[in-house]
Amino acid sequence: MNLLYCLAGVFLGTLIGVLPGLGPTATIAMLLPITFTLQPVSSLIMLAGIYYGSQYGGSTTSILVNVPGEAASVVTALDGYQMARKGRAGVALTTAAVGSFFAGTVATVVLALFAPPLAEIALKFGPAEFFSLMVLGLLASLVLARGSLLHATGMVVLGLLMGLVGSDVNTGTQRFTFDLPQLADGIGFVVVAMGMFGLAEIVRNLENEDDRSLLVSKITNLMPSKEDWKRMIAPVLRGTAIGSVLGILPGSGSILGSFAAYAIEKKVSKNSAEFGQGAIEGVAAPESANNAGAQTSFIPMLTLGIPSNPVMALMIGAMIIQGIQPGPSVITEQPALFWGIIVSMWIGNLFLVILNLPMVGMWVKLVSVPYQYLFPAILVFCGIGVFSLNNAEFDVYLMALFGVIGYIFVKLDCEPAPMLLAFILGPMMEEYLRRALLLSRGNPMVFLERPISATMLALAAIAIIVASLPMFYKKREETFRDD
Amino acid sequence: MNPMAHNAKDFWTGVIYVAIGTAAIFLSRDYGMGTAVKMGPAYFPTILSSLLILIGTISIIRSFLKPGTPIGSFAIKGLVLVALATLLFGFIVRGAGMVIALPLMIIISAFASTRFSWKYSLALAAGVTVFCILIFQVGLGVPLPILGSWFGY
Repeated sequence: MNLLYCLAGVFLGTLIGVLPGLGPTATIAMLLPITFTLQPVSSLIMLAGIYYGSQYGGSTTSILVNVPGEAASVVTALDGYQMARKGRAGVALTTAAVGSFFAGTVATVVLALFAPPLAEIALKFGPAEFFSLMVLGLLASLVLARGSLLHATGMVVLGLLMGLVGSDVNTGTQRFTFDLPQLADGIGFVVVAMGMFGLAEIVRNLENEDDRSLLVSKITNLMPSKEDWKRMIAPVLRGTAIGSVLGILPGSGSILGSFAAYAIEKKVSKNSAEFGQGAIEGVAAPESANNAGAQTSFIPMLTLGIPSNPVMALMIGAMIIQGIQPGPSVITEQPALFWGIIVSMWIGNLFLVILNLPMVGMWVKLVSVPYQYLFPAILVFCGIGVFSLNNAEFDVYLMALFGVIGYIFVKLDCEPAPMLLAFILGPMMEEYLRRALLLSRGNPMVFLERPISATMLALAAIAIIVASLPMFYKKREETFRDD
Repeated sequence: MNPMAHNAKDFWTGVIYVAIGTAAIFLSRDYGMGTAVKMGPAYFPTILSSLLILIGTISIIRSFLKPGTPIGSFAIKGLVLVALATLLFGFIVRGAGMVIALPLMIIISAFASTRFSWKYSLALAAGVTVFCILIFQVGLGVPLPILGSWFGY
């Protein structure tokens, strides 16, 4: 039965990966209300499938029509599309598929091997460690946020503050509820996510409805030649390694991995002159990296309860609603959930290869669905989804409000992703701060006196210093410039 | 130097942050501060609000010192129509039911596109409505009425 949900997840994931203007965050937010009726294992398997499936679908459109469906596939378009123009679209697709499948397999093993011992260590964490870990997670998410670092920091603080709306757990005091009974349980994170990622994104896309008259490349030969296979091995290995490591870092997920893998491959490759003109390495490396990263980004989520990107934040939210307390005890208390997700990932990757290569023609047709027919439907799904959360009109109104707020913030260069992470972590952070200070009798030095906690705060400080260096800042701008 | 013109992003972001921070401190004044050992409900929010005000102030100061990029035009029509369609959906879905609320939501929002056409929008409205009723109401049992209470259901 879970296989079906896995298949449904990767199918949906590929679909939204192919459709530009609809990302995994908004989709998962939309589908969350539906998954609440499922078993926790099934729902998380499906949501995970959507996430890594979208990485896959995004690369297909990058290669064939030069439209990256997902941010992580932007670099794949550079060489993938050039390959397609040279009549090697099929080879590029196979390369992406093989690379992704290999990377997915390795990353799944990494997850299975490293998550349990990491959780073991995390079980010894006290409130001070968890508080510092969350600080690290949030600050690290800033390093990769687009736009102004200062604004992103503000978004984090704002997100934390918004997470506190509702009844205070310890005293029952109603905080920031404006005497509205609907806010007593806090603002639903699905409402925030759909407003800021779903609605705001729609409005942003409406700004410039460029004609997507697409020149779809013909797919002739799927099979790479012997020479191609040889050239692909090393980049796939390097991409997998880079993606796996970077995926674990908070705040990155798959995007950083694919950019880094491409940059490094361009430096070390013998054929670096060919990059940008259809080098197979330029497809193999980032595609392996983004798939590996998508998978290893589950590690902090499953072992520490810390989301490394908005999608993981939504998964944590899904766990909480399913009655599972996210954190290091998930692996020991919910082994079926943990191992179920891991096994499903490998099977899901297999599904993706089968789903994508033979059916690629169908996916390509979907790219040409004009946005003016897409967005009203997305809006309707958001509306029904949010309403059915609590059967409340109020949530729909709130979503509209967050859509407007989200759009304003986008216009002001304030990235919503760090805010969503902070929003989920807000109540947990307050609780850990409270307990840590209670244990230390109010001495704030406790965060620096405990070695693990101090290390994490030091790492957080390094992250923020590095991010604010002018040199790095420029690099970051370059990396994110969509060219 | 007029920051509203040459660095509007920093200026307005700063203003929003300061305003929200100040409002949050003001709202939490009655919640009870407590002490570090026994944090009251206002303790953490006050720290965060102060931080937000600080960040906002830096942003405002920066807007006077450093030129920035202009905000760019707002898609006002899109924003208003999308928000309006959503609000209306929330307002009438229980009373009128999906058969009326969904097509209205689709057509109002479709107006936001520069390539709006009645023919396709009506077809889209019909298709999506049928699809949603089948999937959400029949398939998943989401408690949304097909025809709502205003029609005596």
